[in-house]
Amino acid sequence: MKVSLKWLKEYVDVSLPLADLAERLTMAGTEVKGWQVIGGDWENIVVGQIVAINPHPNADRLTLPTIDLGTEKQTVVCGAPNLRLSDKVAFAYVGAQLIDGHTGEVIRLKPAKIRGVVSTGMVCSEKELGISDSHEGIMVLPAEAPVGILLVDYMGDIIFDLDITPNRPDCLSVIGMAREVAALTGQGLHLHEVGYEEAPLPIDHQISVDIVDPDLCPRYCASLITGVKVAASPRWMQQRLLACGMRPINNIVDITNCVMLEYGQPLHAFDYHRIRGKKIIVRRADEGETLVTLDGVKRVLSQDMLVIADPEQAVAIAGVMGGADSEVTQQTTAILLEAANFNPAGIYHTGNTLNLPSEARLRFERGISPELTLPALKRATQLLIQLAGGEAAKGLVDAYPGKLEPEPILLSTGRVKSLLGVEFSPEQIIAVLASLGFDCQPAGSASEVWVTAPYWRSDINLAEDLVEEVARIIGYDKIPATMLSEPVPRQNPQPIIRLKQEARHSLTGYGFQEVITYSLTSLELLNKLLPEPRPLEPAPLRVANPMTADQEYLRPNLRANLLAALSANRRHEEGSIRLFELGRVYLPRPKDLPHEPEVLCGVLTGPRFEESWHGGDESLDFFDAKGVVEGLLSRLGVEASFEPGEDESLHPSKQAAIAIDDNRLGDIGELHPKVLDAFEISGNVYLFEIDLTALLPFTIGHKLFQPIPRFPAIVRDIALVVDSGVAHRRVQDIIGSFSLVSQVTIFDVYSGGQLPPGKKSLAYRITFQSPSHTLTDEEVNKVQQQILSKLSGELGASLRA
Amino acid sequence: MLNLLEELEQRAAQELEGVNQVKELESWRVRYLGKKSQLTKLLRSLATLPLEQRKAVGAFANQVKAKLEDGLKQKGQVLRETQLVTTIKEKHIDITLPGRPFPVGRLHPITQTLHEICDIFVSMGFQVMEGPEVEWDYYNFEALNIPKHHPARDMMATLWVDVENESGERTMLLRTHNTSQDVRVMEKMSPPIRVVIPGKVYRYEASDATHTPVFYQIDGLAVDKGITMAELKGTLYEFARRFFGEDRKVRFRCDYFPFVEPGVEMAIECSVCGGAGCRLCGNTGWIEILGAGMTHPQVLRRVGLDPEVYTSFAFGMGIDRLPMLRYGIDDTRLFYGSDLRFLRQF
Repeated sequence: MKVSLKWLKEYVDVSLPLADLAERLTMAGTEVKGWQVIGGDWENIVVGQIVAINPHPNADRLTLPTIDLGTEKQTVVCGAPNLRLSDKVAFAYVGAQLIDGHTGEVIRLKPAKIRGVVSTGMVCSEKELGISDSHEGIMVLPAEAPVGILLVDYMGDIIFDLDITPNRPDCLSVIGMAREVAALTGQGLHLHEVGYEEAPLPIDHQISVDIVDPDLCPRYCASLITGVKVAASPRWMQQRLLACGMRPINNIVDITNCVMLEYGQPLHAFDYHRIRGKKIIVRRADEGETLVTLDGVKRVLSQDMLVIADPEQAVAIAGVMGGADSEVTQQTTAILLEAANFNPAGIYHTGNTLNLPSEARLRFERGISPELTLPALKRATQLLIQLAGGEAAKGLVDAYPGKLEPEPILLSTGRVKSLLGVEFSPEQIIAVLASLGFDCQPAGSASEVWVTAPYWRSDINLAEDLVEEVARIIGYDKIPATMLSEPVPRQNPQPIIRLKQEARHSLTGYGFQEVITYSLTSLELLNKLLPEPRPLEPAPLRVANPMTADQEYLRPNLRANLLAALSANRRHEEGSIRLFELGRVYLPRPKDLPHEPEVLCGVLTGPRFEESWHGGDESLDFFDAKGVVEGLLSRLGVEASFEPGEDESLHPSKQAAIAIDDNRLGDIGELHPKVLDAFEISGNVYLFEIDLTALLPFTIGHKLFQPIPRFPAIVRDIALVVDSGVAHRRVQDIIGSFSLVSQVTIFDVYSGGQLPPGKKSLAYRITFQSPSHTLTDEEVNKVQQQILSKLSGELGASLRA
Repeated sequence: MLNLLEELEQRAAQELEGVNQVKELESWRVRYLGKKSQLTKLLRSLATLPLEQRKAVGAFANQVKAKLEDGLKQKGQVLRETQLVTTIKEKHIDITLPGRPFPVGRLHPITQTLHEICDIFVSMGFQVMEGPEVEWDYYNFEALNIPKHHPARDMMATLWVDVENESGERTMLLRTHNTSQDVRVMEKMSPPIRVVIPGKVYRYEASDATHTPVFYQIDGLAVDKGITMAELKGTLYEFARRFFGEDRKVRFRCDYFPFVEPGVEMAIECSVCGGAGCRLCGNTGWIEILGAGMTHPQVLRRVGLDPEVYTSFAFGMGIDRLPMLRYGIDDTRLFYGSDLRFLRQF
């Protein structure tokens, strides 16, 4: 919100330097985001009065006005069409800094010879002064402007840009901010007496109000002013509105806006003669009822919206926007001025549904007090009479079905201390609260006090609210900083957190760069994972209001994003790329929040080693990926098996499912060529994706130490010839099943050459060891023979000659 | 006989002088000390000599043998030394050539930051806990004093999941803050509680240099008898001291969040301008890093805790901003762009 310092000063004395005031306000909850100085550049610009206007000898369109500047008179050349004798104007001496009316650039005024006449000064337009874009004529000042004083002293101002928190609708007003400043700086608050003369005819003879839905309208007040003249509002009012970011319209509307900015109570002016039946009905809209609003748009309303209506039809959407039909126009002569209070949630709902943001809505939504209606209405009525003429009907309409008595809150010094950790005396507490307008009455004991909040503080309901008031006015900087005391609570860490750390550290150790991608993705990207198009099953969770199409679905896997990241990096990255992400995927569950397992996904591609003088130009392959997974699982103390896989995104004959017992935990393999095409990646890519949440139970368990073998081992190498289709794993399992075998390592795989077609050779190094004695060659020979005959029997394996 | 030995010794010594290689030394040894050498033969034949002569000759011969062996040993040492020096010289490598390339992996800067922050809070007795990112409206809003139509909902534009309940309402959302997990923690655990909750949060926001629709936050919660705002300040100041350094100024000011009362915003002195005011800090000299406060009594009551008995503080901090400030990163989207040229720098 923007607040003018000049305006503020009408209500409170401001003695602090600007920066200190801003600091105090910010610390106490109203952040001063900055301030704009109006007239900060107005050196050598003074208020003058036109005392003569002579024609230019050489130009019809130019004139030679003479300006009285108090101590002297100056005659200059002027091209403005709106010069009028005895008008007050802003006069710039040579050397003044102005904005060029044509180019918009900042210039310094120099003496000039215009069509043969020397001009050493200038009468300024609003644009030249940087006040607005208006450059059609010179700016005319109010008649009361004192001649000879600096313009900055007359018109300069400071406009604060404030961030008002949603709990403080009272601060969305000049008076509200004046109250804050008064309490924070110990200065007095000056509220003006508001009063005006009334005509003899009582208002209730001329208008009646019926609140049909008091749940949405706790209070409706109105005044009636007849015989008004609609015109432009005075310059000071227009300037205030402009400085606060509002557009001047006419004196009536400007007054309602001005009083809203001053008091924080939105007002609405109806053309009284447009209200049929002289009756205001506050009711819920009929379903499908329409109303053309001030902006000329036809709005379709629903039953949950509140309207202001006459007996025939709606004339305004309550608290949100007025109707075009009852709008104040140049022909308007009588004003029905509304100051009402509406239910915040109702206003929020209506404004949101119709997508109509407004200053009024902002204040209603945040819950201004119903008590605010009358003071604001009186002030606006007074201004209307002053500035638009006319007379007010006797009395005001005040329908107040929602009146609530303020409830006192019991506050104890103990409560203050228990929340803040520092003790304040009852006197300190009472002084702070009183400075904010709270009523404090003695309670049973000296350490307690009954506090009643002033009507404008609708945010105060609990003792804790009062504690914040005490803390923020005394200053958060007065609260000490102490460390938490004992006892330290018991810790029950979630084991998944440990597992994730272990996995991350392993993967970076294997040379993988961690990436983090958005959890939101698109169907288009997910579909790239399918070599043959088909609907995704199950369908991923959709966001109802996605910001963009590429962030519409919650990802059901990590690989789509990761492959996109790989593809993007490939455009500028040569050599090998190893990426991993560890994050959640979101799997829908009926009538429940989705399952959010933590998943680890890695991709690798390119040469195994970076190009170097050491040579070595092999490419990464399936077994590099498998080595990483095996290494990780081994660190986690988990033994998993690699079974034939059916992952459609992976190469049908180069992939495996990672499983423990019957639990499938993930997949590994080379990417399907069609998937690579879809992601526009060339070269083979290998991928693994593991569900860590599913893996977790297998990583937890009691491990037992194995003693270091005391007796020497005997190592034998054997080369077997088997059918090409026999998997190494089967051979290894048979050899490993013998009790004296402590280790089996395959060290060669060979086919072709002298081997018959359809055969391959597998070479194993077998380590024999006994925990109880030193093995003899005879013992080992015997076991080896048993191994060979079992391999021969079960797999048709023979020793290679 | 003695003359013969003397002559032998002289000849051997002379020849030894000329030996320059290990091979030559070996043949010298065979010649003078080997099984077939004159000296060995002589020593073997001692038995045939008369006793007196045997004593004198034997003693002298052994003396000569010892001298020759000593010479052999010394020469051997010298030769090996020389050879080693040569070998060392010959086998020199160019140590400026690069090492054999090992792929180097790194953690994402956000992960690094999160680990660092968690470590600090764990050392103060907080436990790391995680919760669901897809949440019910209740935990994200209702339980935190943000009913429907509350203006605070506008401060956290929400992404809703496209699932409706029986009455046709959307109640599932992407959590807008980790404070949703505060409520779950208080439902499950009983005081004393000290937890920190790191994780992703979501907002309905267009991305630009300072906003992304997905980002990271860490929330903190302490519940016990006698928890005060002074302890909140102490805890957060200690965090700031350890994360930002001893000299960085920290500020606690009043702010509003519906689920705390009193409410706090903590800021650190701007790292760019040192408090003087610049573009980064919006000319305020301060950079807001977190919101905090004393947990609202209604929030405590809702989870079955008596606010007259237990007090609590809570805080919530955006993570992405911290590495941005530390490394001078000017666009938060870089964190989620997966560009190796960016990520390799951390």
